Amino acid sequence: MTTYLVIAALLLIGMLVVQISKANEYINTLRGEDAELDTDKINGVLWLIFTVLFLVGIFWSTWYFSPLFLPESASEHGHWIDTMFNITLALTGIVFVLTQAALGWFAWKYHGKKGKLGFYYPENNKLEMIWTVVPAIALTILVVVGLYYWFRITGPASADARVVEITGKQFNWLVRYPGPDGKLGTSNWKLIDETNAVGIDFKNKDGLDDVMPTEIHFEVNKPYLLKIGSRDVIHDVGLTHFRIKMDAMPGLPTHFKFTPTITTDEMKKITNNPAFDYELCCDYLCGKGHSAMKMMVYVDTKEQYQVWLKKQPSFFDSAIKGTEAEKKAFATVTEKVSTEKGSDHSNH
Amino acid sequence: MDAKDLHHGHSEHHSGAVITDHVHYQDTEGVIRFEADHGHHDNDRNKKNFIHTYIFSTDHKMIGKQFLITGIIWAIIGGGLSNIFRMQLGFPDVPLHFIGTVFGDQWAPGGKMTPDFYNMLITMHGTILVFFVLTAGLSGTFANLLIPLQIGARDMASPVLNMLSYWFFFLAGAVMFTSFFVPSGAAGVSWVFYPPLSAIREAAVGSETGADLWLVSMALFIVSSLLGGLNYITTILNLRTKGMSMAKLPLTIWALLITAILGLLSFPVLLGAAILLIFDRSMGTSFYLDKIYMSGIGAMPHEGGNPILYQHLFWFLGHPEVYIVILPAFGIVSEVLAVNSRKPIFGYRAMILSMLAIAALAFFVWAHHMFVTGLNPFVGSVFVFLTLLIAIPSAIKVFNWITTIWKANIRYTPAMMFSVGFVSLFISGGLTGIFLGNSSIDIQLHDTYFIVAHFHIVMGVAAFFGMFAGVYHWFPKMYGRFMNRTIGFIHFWVTFVGSYCIFWPMHYQGMAGVPRRYYSHGAFESFNKFGALSEFITIAAIVVFLAQLLFVFNFLYSMYRGKKVTELNPWKSNTIEWTTPIHPGHGNWDGPLPEVHRGPYDYGKDGEDFIPQTVPMRPGETTHHG
Ligand code: HEM
Ligand SMILES: [Cu+2]
Ligand SMILES: [Cu+2]
Repeated sequence: MTTYLVIAALLLIGMLVVQISKANEYINTLRGEDAELDTDKINGVLWLIFTVLFLVGIFWSTWYFSPLFLPESASEHGHWIDTMFNITLALTGIVFVLTQAALGWFAWKYHGKKGKLGFYYPENNKLEMIWTVVPAIALTILVVVGLYYWFRITGPASADARVVEITGKQFNWLVRYPGPDGKLGTSNWKLIDETNAVGIDFKNKDGLDDVMPTEIHFEVNKPYLLKIGSRDVIHDVGLTHFRIKMDAMPGLPTHFKFTPTITTDEMKKITNNPAFDYELCCDYLCGKGHSAMKMMVYVDTKEQYQVWLKKQPSFFDSAIKGTEAEKKAFATVTEKVSTEKGSDHSNH
Repeated sequence: MDAKDLHHGHSEHHSGAVITDHVHYQDTEGVIRFEADHGHHDNDRNKKNFIHTYIFSTDHKMIGKQFLITGIIWAIIGGGLSNIFRMQLGFPDVPLHFIGTVFGDQWAPGGKMTPDFYNMLITMHGTILVFFVLTAGLSGTFANLLIPLQIGARDMASPVLNMLSYWFFFLAGAVMFTSFFVPSGAAGVSWVFYPPLSAIREAAVGSETGADLWLVSMALFIVSSLLGGLNYITTILNLRTKGMSMAKLPLTIWALLITAILGLLSFPVLLGAAILLIFDRSMGTSFYLDKIYMSGIGAMPHEGGNPILYQHLFWFLGHPEVYIVILPAFGIVSEVLAVNSRKPIFGYRAMILSMLAIAALAFFVWAHHMFVTGLNPFVGSVFVFLTLLIAIPSAIKVFNWITTIWKANIRYTPAMMFSVGFVSLFISGGLTGIFLGNSSIDIQLHDTYFIVAHFHIVMGVAAFFGMFAGVYHWFPKMYGRFMNRTIGFIHFWVTFVGSYCIFWPMHYQGMAGVPRRYYSHGAFESFNKFGALSEFITIAAIVVFLAQLLFVFNFLYSMYRGKKVTELNPWKSNTIEWTTPIHPGHGNWDGPLPEVHRGPYDYGKDGEDFIPQTVPMRPGETTHHG
């Protein structure tokens, strides 16, 4: 019922607009040039009003939403990105206000007037030079600062960085930590099955103590190197608070290094939100479950981290040992993969 | 008749001697025939049957209209789809039972759309609007309509290829339309179609038959673009009337020329990418695939491919494509701004040079869409540099447009409103490109709503504004009638304010990291704080869509009942399309082709409101360009 009412109302409004417009057009045709000049003036004034409201509205809404965007950065490089963002915002903001204001101002001030001609002003090379060189300088600054940070963000991880492997699949994340030996075992996609979700090669001793928890924990202020991959389609490791985004692709391992700087507990205080938690999301469309590929992320103090880590059994012990999978793993691995030394994930 | 005489005795005309005008057309057997022209082109209409005139027409003006009307239909479909998926984002609890009725019940059990259906909607929305509306609809319409009329030619270099270009486009559309109704639905892997999602049928419902049809449709579409582009370039380079040097061409023509060149150089690459993808999908090759384990299937046999390869190929077209979309709008807006400011476009030469610079650079920035694919950081840095370089010619254009309306005597027609609106949008959207072009900032913004805001403002809405400006401005040339101005102004203001309301707030969502292409943001504490804003955006989107229906009404109504054009040159414009009869026949000019003596922008010069291009230079008159 409401649907029909809404449609009827819309049709009515539409007809009203059309009828008024037709009448208006008719009157204007009779009035001739005067009507044209009035139209010019009305639209000129509307341009001025629009421009003022637009600029005010944008300042207001940006201020209003500022608590939500660029949430407190919880990584070291996140601050660099935010700095870059703010520099760019300042520069482009100035250009934005000046150009929009000029446009609106001119659109109002130079609306058509009786007996006037446009000012014949076809070119001015000096002006063209100015607005080529000035943006060029501004952009050079942005490029230089931007690339300085870019190379720091993408540069090699420090030698003591802890490795965490994140693998995407439709539609959840798989994480793997090295065990006490500090080394991730090799893996191979041909070894993947229901149990062995990332295809750890248990022939390789490094893999026997690997841990595969269902949530991610980082220790605060320690450098990390995320090794990122995918089992099936493209996913993307998205960690907004850490300013991290990196595609996860099958057959093409990627990585991202970073240092978390704010623990979950501290962040709860900073955001004044006791329910706050870091989340890992998928940032590249991967199918129907794309918008639900979530994994919880915790940044712990050293003590919290140790407590958590102690509780994690190795994947081999908890899921493979003493099951059919164990026999299968050791039987088939030797035959099937003897030619494949290690895997893409191992030789980073 | 020998080959030299093709094109209506053009050669004679150039030599300034005898003018023998012919109209040619293609008869049903596909043979090109020539018909002596007795100056009454309107008679063509009566002589030829309906099918010749309106369906398989070779008249560039009719083909332009065919592109326009097909484009409008696609725009309604593509825009309508966006309203459906905006409902899911803004009002997910409102049941939409019509989805089941139209598309099949499996897509919306109980009126609640499924994620697969959502993905299908966004994919088709993007594809339809980028390719069918803003490429074919925009370039196709205005290249066809304006090139012969503004350069002083009887028709395109090859009217037959031109007709084929439309019909390939039509076929592409027919295939795409059909794909909505196959059991597995239309493609649902996003308009960029990245493998493996698009390469493995089992990866998504939207990767089944719909994806095959999508690829076939795109292949047909590319053929259409290439036929059109080839023709536009040839025509502009070869069939300009006497005196119409390149330096006297209106900016519309320059823009359409550069657009066609971009298309010709980049679309074949997409065709290659699509063909390799078809191989991977259907013939077991591994161009893009490596080491894949699909749940439910097991390890796939594909090995040795590279998913990034597709992305390089796609964006090698994809980035030029965004300029293919916007350049015709650049041209139209420049022309409309000058005519209605009663002033020359400021910096005619700078405008051409900046378009050339943009076009050249457009081929060397594609990897800025791939900063977070693990691209080598050094390669990334080169693309940062080149990307920010392209902002310079863009800035030049903006400053030149603003200077064009400085000290003008502006006549506000709906076309002029949309042109000024275009400049505002291009500023807003261009500036956000500077954030994205800097790879370090892009880490945060990539694949969020910030991207959606950026490209909708700078490309989507802006190109639509260019199209509207063009339609309102040249409607009198197309149909011999005016569109209703009052409705036009209402259409403008609702669309302009409404579009900012839709897309501006998306920047805030994007800066908060809210990912794009999400069926729902509810699962994430970090992203679900924008419920009210999403509702607001959805309402704005619906209002803007309804305003477009007002435009469509105005268009159709004015075609038959609009105020009649009574003078040849209603906008007091300098360009030569306004020297043709009010209802130009096939062949455009009744008498000889006009001769051109000056550039297109002599407005307000030497105390005269305007001096058409056909007016000879006065003794001692200085020229600024050409
Ligand atoms: C000032 C110049 C511009 C710069 C520096 C710029 C920069 C960028 C960058 C870096 C991206 C990729 C962002 C990402 O995916 O993370 C992007 C996306 C995009 N830009 Fe621009 N841009 C500019 C102007 C334009 C123009 C003029 C258009 C179209 C007419 C355009 C259309 C697009 C589109 C369609 C996308 C997104 C495609 C997608 O991912 O679906 N941009 N822009
Ligand atoms: Cu995913
Ligand atoms: Cu691009």
